[in-house]
Amino acid sequence: MLKKIIFKVLALSLVFTYSAQSAESGGMPQLNPEFWISQIFWLVLTFGLLFIILSKFILPKISNNLETRKSQILENIETADKQREETEKKVKEFDKIINDTKVEAKNFFNSERQKVLDDINNKRLSLEKDIEKEIIKAEEEIDQLKKTSQEKVTKIAIETSSDLVKQLIGEDINKSSLSAIVEDLSKKEMEKHNGI
Amino acid sequence: MAANPMYQFNVYRIGPEIKINNIDISFTNASLFMVISSLAILIIFNLGTKKSIIPNKIQLLAELSYSFISKMISDTAGSKAKPYFSFIFSLFMFVLFCNMFGMIPYSFTVTSHIIVTFVLAAFIFLGVTIIGFIKHGLGYLKLFVPSGVPMVLLPLIVVIEIISYLSRPISLSVRLFANMMAGHTMMKVFGGFVVSLGIVGGWLPLGFSVALTGLEILVAFLQAYVFAILTCIYLNDALNLHH
Repeated sequence: MLKKIIFKVLALSLVFTYSAQSAESGGMPQLNPEFWISQIFWLVLTFGLLFIILSKFILPKISNNLETRKSQILENIETADKQREETEKKVKEFDKIINDTKVEAKNFFNSERQKVLDDINNKRLSLEKDIEKEIIKAEEEIDQLKKTSQEKVTKIAIETSSDLVKQLIGEDINKSSLSAIVEDLSKKEMEKHNGI
Repeated sequence: MAANPMYQFNVYRIGPEIKINNIDISFTNASLFMVISSLAILIIFNLGTKKSIIPNKIQLLAELSYSFISKMISDTAGSKAKPYFSFIFSLFMFVLFCNMFGMIPYSFTVTSHIIVTFVLAAFIFLGVTIIGFIKHGLGYLKLFVPSGVPMVLLPLIVVIEIISYLSRPISLSVRLFANMMAGHTMMKVFGGFVVSLGIVGGWLPLGFSVALTGLEILVAFLQAYVFAILTCIYLNDALNLHH
């Protein structure tokens, strides 16, 4: 029994030492100091050179570039703002001019229309006056005609009736008696007409 | 040993052994990737310095990174931190590019080595401490004595503050190193599963691998950002003593 236990312990320890040895042989190369000095040396060399070149030559250029770009952009924005203001001013001026011309055109149109309307009115009025005059004249003429036509009709009637009597009877008849008869008749006719 | 997930972190010599006073400073794969990262940063940002009003793509990238880091510094450390801008910029870019180059298969992740991150963190720690003492003299020690603490608790608080201050370089370096190492190890493990499970069962770990790659790219950026922003916060403590 004791032998067995001792054997087991020995076997186990053997296994452990073996595994420990294998771990050591394949362990972390980081902990092997063989190349530590070399790594430190090359690190200092490369990193030092990198730092010097970056800080002396490359980074100032980049920062310079960034700054010039920033200032240029600001400048451009400023000029753009200025130009925009100018354009706004110009647009306002343009609008004003257009409005003014519109008002002017309207005024001109209105005045011209008024003129034309006045003209038409005047012409119409004068025409109406003329027409009225003409009408009055025509009425007067008609009136006169009416008056004269009655006398003439009676005259013609007397003459024709005297001619008819002469041809029928072959003798002249007193004109005054004839005219009296004709006038009487025409009066009767007129009364007939007017009476209706 | 290619299946060992830790194998990818091995450092080996490239070219001849260089020794100065018996100190080995040979060019290794780690050095190679430091050089590649630095050159990539220099090339990209040098292309981004073209002087034009409307930037092209690389220029936009460079200028956006510039304003991103500049904003980060002014947000966390205020306007007094302006003179340290180029250091923090270089730091952020170096860590970011080392992390990102580490995402390329068969490449080497410089920041997955504790010694590299520790040297960076220790340099930052020393620099910040020196700046603090230069700006405030011995008054910088007030950093360890928070205001409004009862006298009874003061000895305890001061000890805690000193420990937390001294552990800054360790936490800063271990955070970056552990994140990088863990992520890359995990990707390697899942990659190993894909191979060992073959065409039948390998699809699931392959999907995981793809998802992990996305996550690791995010982590690579995030850790660089965290590294830089913590540097800014430490710098803020040194520049604007609040206590």
